[in-house]
Amino acid sequence: MRYLPKSDLERREMLSDIGVSSLEELFSQLPAEVRLNRALAIAPGKSEYDIIEYFRDRGLENANGYASFLGAGVYSHYRPVLVDTVVSRGEFLTSYTPYQAEISQGTLTTIFEFQTMVCQLTGMDVANASMYDGSTAVPEAAMMAVRLTNRDKIVVARTVHPEYREVLATYSQHQKMPVSEVGYNAPTGKLDLDDLASRLDKDVAAVMIQSPNFFGVIEDVKQAAELAHKNGSLLVFVFTEAVSLGLLRPPVEADIVAGELQSFAISPCYGGPFAGIMATKEKYMRQMPGRIVGETKDTRGNRAFCLTLSTREQHIRREKATSNICTNQALIALMATVFMTVYGKEGLRELAEQNLSKAHYLAGKVKPHFSGPFFNEFVVSTQGRTPEQVNGTLLSKKIIGGLPLQRFYPELGNAMLVCATEMNRREQMDSVAEALA
Amino acid sequence: MYPADLRYTKEHEWVRVEGEIGTVGITDHAQKELGDIVYVDLPKVGSAATKGQTFGSVESVKAVSDIYAPISGEIVAINEELATAPEKINEDPHGVAWLVKIKLGAPEEIKQLLSPEDYQIYVEAEAGH
Amino acid sequence: MIKKVRSHINQNEGLVFERSSPGKRGYQLPELDVPAVDAKQVLGAENTREEIADFPEISEVEAIRHFTRLSTQNYAIDLGLYPLGSCTMKYNPRVNELVARTEGLAGAHPYQPEALSQGAMEVMAALEAALGEITGMDALTLQPAAGAHGELTGILLIRAYLESQGNPRKKILIPDSAHGTNPATAMMVGYSVENIKSNDRGMVDTDVLERVVNEDVAGLMITNPNTLGVFEQNIRQIAGILHAKGAQVYMDGANMNALVGITRPGDFGVDVMHLNLHKTFSTPHGGGGPGSGAVAVGKHLIPFLPKPRLQKSGGLYSWNYDLPQSIGRVRAFYGNFGVLVRALAYIQAHGGEGLKRATMDALLNANYIRAKLEPYYDLPHKAPTMHECVFSDDRQAKHGIRTGDIAKRLIDYGFHPYTVSFPLIVRGALMIEPTETESKDELDLFIDAMISIAKEVEETPQLVHDAPHSTRTSRVDEVTAARKPIVRWKK
Repeated sequence: MRYLPKSDLERREMLSDIGVSSLEELFSQLPAEVRLNRALAIAPGKSEYDIIEYFRDRGLENANGYASFLGAGVYSHYRPVLVDTVVSRGEFLTSYTPYQAEISQGTLTTIFEFQTMVCQLTGMDVANASMYDGSTAVPEAAMMAVRLTNRDKIVVARTVHPEYREVLATYSQHQKMPVSEVGYNAPTGKLDLDDLASRLDKDVAAVMIQSPNFFGVIEDVKQAAELAHKNGSLLVFVFTEAVSLGLLRPPVEADIVAGELQSFAISPCYGGPFAGIMATKEKYMRQMPGRIVGETKDTRGNRAFCLTLSTREQHIRREKATSNICTNQALIALMATVFMTVYGKEGLRELAEQNLSKAHYLAGKVKPHFSGPFFNEFVVSTQGRTPEQVNGTLLSKKIIGGLPLQRFYPELGNAMLVCATEMNRREQMDSVAEALA
Repeated sequence: MYPADLRYTKEHEWVRVEGEIGTVGITDHAQKELGDIVYVDLPKVGSAATKGQTFGSVESVKAVSDIYAPISGEIVAINEELATAPEKINEDPHGVAWLVKIKLGAPEEIKQLLSPEDYQIYVEAEAGH
Repeated sequence: MIKKVRSHINQNEGLVFERSSPGKRGYQLPELDVPAVDAKQVLGAENTREEIADFPEISEVEAIRHFTRLSTQNYAIDLGLYPLGSCTMKYNPRVNELVARTEGLAGAHPYQPEALSQGAMEVMAALEAALGEITGMDALTLQPAAGAHGELTGILLIRAYLESQGNPRKKILIPDSAHGTNPATAMMVGYSVENIKSNDRGMVDTDVLERVVNEDVAGLMITNPNTLGVFEQNIRQIAGILHAKGAQVYMDGANMNALVGITRPGDFGVDVMHLNLHKTFSTPHGGGGPGSGAVAVGKHLIPFLPKPRLQKSGGLYSWNYDLPQSIGRVRAFYGNFGVLVRALAYIQAHGGEGLKRATMDALLNANYIRAKLEPYYDLPHKAPTMHECVFSDDRQAKHGIRTGDIAKRLIDYGFHPYTVSFPLIVRGALMIEPTETESKDELDLFIDAMISIAKEVEETPQLVHDAPHSTRTSRVDEVTAARKPIVRWKK
């Protein structure tokens, strides 16, 4: 087997060297009744070519060469070639968590850069080295707010991604952390600030909003923050479309930011792996879960980076840890770091402007359902037809249309969520407009 | 040798009683065990301390130690200096690096604390294990 | 004598922000084929931002040099052995990287029509089947994003099951040898934690267990083999004790690399377990993630699995959301699909027989190291070990040298350190797991290095105490980093 670097001769030599008679003797301590006495029912080992062919065939059974107007938390953006060039380097791909700072400065430095860029984008003071994804960063942010305020209730906008809210529900079940949902304003698609105000009481630890929200609409973040803060609650700002931060006002009023960086050169990959982020104000840093890289010096006086504030983490605090999280999505975060470096200050803005223009071109032809301002996503009603019918028409043109909203918002059963990015061409958008006419 | 004017606990805290105020800190033995202190988590002024229950923690790079209240009462002061200079605990654990001052709620608890001699014996016995 | 490495000059590289200069660019966007809109006009000035202050501005060449230079400051599996215990740092096959980038798979949106996602669903079904066969369990969920996330899922499943039986119960038992994620997870699900002391052979003491298990106990979280590398001989008895009182057995699958093909958790009484695909199944660590923590369950826990679940009907796959007893979602979408592809490719490359051979090579390598180092390092637990072994620094401590120092000196010999000071039940632990990836040559170099260091401890302890000496970065000041954290660059 090509991954096992020993010959049978070497195996025999090693066994003889340590006084063991056979490989089987190495697990002779296993009681007989637990041994597996047959071969595993798994097909024999395949050649490299056969493996490639298997996955190529699976890929062909998926959509290939379709234009897509799907967003809804996972976005279609261009991935610069440099991203895979960098993450394919063995020193990044096959290295371990940087616990040994002396031989991990590559990883530690890029994470430090990542943390910095996340702060620059979000207007927060400190960021961690990434979370599993946006959906799990949300309950972690809620639990952090509970620890900080000593209150136990969470108020979350219904316009936060539905699957993110489902994850919050799963995590909060056993934390004695009741969750209450705030409705949205039917004409604008924005969070209903009056409904929010009515749900605030002395037990609310945090108000959680997303902007642009699931409908693509930009929320009144300042007003929501004021209401939260007046009530002594924290504001948790959530985002799923990171490109929006290239153009939209950063959530400086937020106390905690929890979001998803998939838009930054992370392939959609049928839903994962992605990279979530958490960022917060300096005063809350010690309550933030996840790995954090800090700057320091080595014994020779040179600048160096290392994992720090480890006492928050599970390997030290055990049952008193801020979370059970062990990993950070290092390789995925590195993709985002390369992306942010390649596009840079001007590029990210220009990319965001292109997205805005594309989506507004399409919106100009189909008329969005909501009146609120939007970035690159919006809801459109399918009028006399069902969203499935519209999408059926588009499929025959090799276009995947928007997300029918029935499954998440039954009251919007005759509407779909459409996203247009720099990857969508004018002709494709014209086809969509035609299908919706 | 441990200061004569202090009383001690098996959890390696000390108390200096002056009138109705007990000043609390961790002992030299504790700071040695922890190594370089990087952070101290103290309760809020005005909160209640209950003998035997944790009221804060002391952190080194690789370990966290809970601090247990040696006596019950109300926290009337905390040592703000430790927020920016936690290393004082390593430098002067029995003096300058006190953690909190407690207004005694149950003065009879003082009798249950260890004398410097008994604490010394206890520490040596623990080390022998 | 240091044989594996020699010094070499290596490029300096600062932070990307220090290279940045206004106007430098590393990108070029295509021409807009629609009219450009004015952001301030369309969104309102109050919704738009000024520039992203201090964001990078460098050229493509500088970007490539920046990251390439930094990469050379890392150790990696591609460079050599990582003897880290319970981490299973095995070879990350390159064909896995290629297939994970297959266009139809990498480009798949989780909400695209199911009819156009059959390939992705087939991959997940194939992996579920293979992992079910390997673990001997009845069903899987591939949703959890990492080991700790899988643990959370597993304990949530136990709680949901017990609730359906009328009483969720109060506490989880955890051996004192367990990984830190175990107790942290139990707390997150609203359980209290009770530690169980290991017996003098480093295993769960069945007498203690018998006394301690009652109807307040929801379950036991066990790692098998345990963190000493020792197989829990009494595992069936242990499971019996718990099941007799209606409690559940959760197995932390971190050490699965010792078991694949020779025994199956489902066959020895485990009710639910997680697998670390980034350990046993070779998916790359990438400097700290991503992982994937697939969870395997016995039949009785199936109704509670996270939704949606994969199902097949009339030859077509679809996602089933109609699961009234499900614990809900533990993350958005379906799982770390890109990691799942790699794990399946690994399994396919080995095949059934190959997987067992890999396990046996892992056992051989660990036992070879154990036998060769036993004359030089204290081995507190003499029970037979499987894929990893744990020494103690007692002998070296007499010279004022601890496991952490030895680990740092190992770096001078060209290796990444082993796991230091864990498990906690061994004083000054040196936890070593070579995996099947290591050749005899690499193992011999490692053994030579460890023996040489043992000699250095006796003859020139200061050299070991102050190590490493040869790295571009020497020991870092972790104390100041924790006292005065600087966690971002500022102009």
